[in-house]
Amino acid sequence: MDRPKVKKWKRPTHIDEYSTGPSFEAGHLVDVHSGWRTFKPVVDLDKCIGCLKCYLVCPDGAVIRTEKKIDFEYDFCKGCGVCAKICPVDAITMIKETK
Amino acid sequence: MSEEKHFISGNDAIAMGVRLSRPHVISAYPITPQTIVVERLSEMAEDGSLDAEFMHVESEHSAMSAAMGVSAVGARAFTATSSQGLLYMAEGLFYASGGRFPIVMMNGNRALALPWSIYGDQSDSLGLLNSGWIQVYVEDAQEALDMVIQAYKIAEHKKVLTPFMVNLDGFILTHTYELVSVPKQEIVDKFLPPFTTVNKMDFERPMNMGMSTSPKDNLEYKYQQHRAVMDSVQVIKDVDKEYEELFGRGYGGLIKSYRIEDAEAVLIVLGSITGTVKVVVDKMRADGHKVGVIKIRYMRPFPEEELLEECSHIKSIGVIDKNISFGYEGTVFTHVNSAIAKSGFSPFIMNFIAGLGGKDISKSHIEGMFMTLLEGDKKKNKVQFVGMGVQINE
Repeated sequence: MDRPKVKKWKRPTHIDEYSTGPSFEAGHLVDVHSGWRTFKPVVDLDKCIGCLKCYLVCPDGAVIRTEKKIDFEYDFCKGCGVCAKICPVDAITMIKETK
Repeated sequence: MSEEKHFISGNDAIAMGVRLSRPHVISAYPITPQTIVVERLSEMAEDGSLDAEFMHVESEHSAMSAAMGVSAVGARAFTATSSQGLLYMAEGLFYASGGRFPIVMMNGNRALALPWSIYGDQSDSLGLLNSGWIQVYVEDAQEALDMVIQAYKIAEHKKVLTPFMVNLDGFILTHTYELVSVPKQEIVDKFLPPFTTVNKMDFERPMNMGMSTSPKDNLEYKYQQHRAVMDSVQVIKDVDKEYEELFGRGYGGLIKSYRIEDAEAVLIVLGSITGTVKVVVDKMRADGHKVGVIKIRYMRPFPEEELLEECSHIKSIGVIDKNISFGYEGTVFTHVNSAIAKSGFSPFIMNFIAGLGGKDISKSHIEGMFMTLLEGDKKKNKVQFVGMGVQINE
């Protein structure tokens, strides 16, 4: 799958480094999951039946299909928990992020 | 090279100035007293003498929104409005200046409701001084035409990129016919190159345009806007000089003074009233009174430095305001006072509120203002309503 390009945003140190008006180059991300995530999904592959419901509902396309059913793209998962909610066999657990 | 002369109204002059500036799109909604501008431009687009798209938008809010879209793809936009229409597009005015879209707009200065009035005063544009637009007030139809062409050059300057409002007193300028010299297209083309923009909406180079910011960066963008309008001071002067060299008409930068060298009393005014004040100045000078007049051409950027240079020897200064900020004073007076306060000199000052809702400002009114300034009665209320038809208790 095509993942968005991440191009780090360098904070301006002089006013002239700002764009003219709030208009910016588009088509890339300035950061991965924007640092919002407080809980991350973890799958128990022994429980997972590979129904791919989580794959369908993930709003960020952060559930990926693998030979071993599914995995998560943690760079883009924002931790919303929809996958854990939809899972019919409770194979996905949301675990608090520790930093 | 001689220019063609036309006997036309201020509105016609605006339309001809717009055609010479080669805009790509005109999006406008008609409103008295600006209607003729819109009519003429739609006729020009129809008969092919103006190669532009004319958008019949459903409101002034849409007119401004469309103009921003035009500017965003790197095309030249024009719109025109007045009074209630200007207020209706108010949201768009701030948007356009924040987005740095160098739209040029004509505004026919007209009173604001209520009471409903189609007649002239300057409450509309002065009420929107904070919208981030450059504002010029012209004195006659010739200046109206010339300023449209200058407006694009100033607004589109890389250091400025700020929308530009050309203000004409409703009816007095919009509907009065004058002999106007119309510049030749080839010289205008030489003066005004095609518009290019740094933020172009373009499939080849996608952009996020007109975005939000977090509180972290908002102040910086507002500073940038402020700096651009401050920088326009020099651009305005340079552009006027270049215009004078090419077309033989210059307007003297941000203010224009008349007979103030040895003046004891001076009136500061905007727009069409200047001519009448000059006539009174000549008459009173002949009678031995040392009086003069300063026309403020630009309210944004405000000509603080120029005013102080001209005013610092004058004992008595009056400001005619064709608007009032209820509960305080006229807007121009507030600005002049702020400049004076910063400079540290202390003339006798008076604010004359006049001409609201199209009320005539007569020569005898103006003479009366000058006499008040010359007599310098310091006990008088600083804010005087001139031309009241009834007694008031003051």
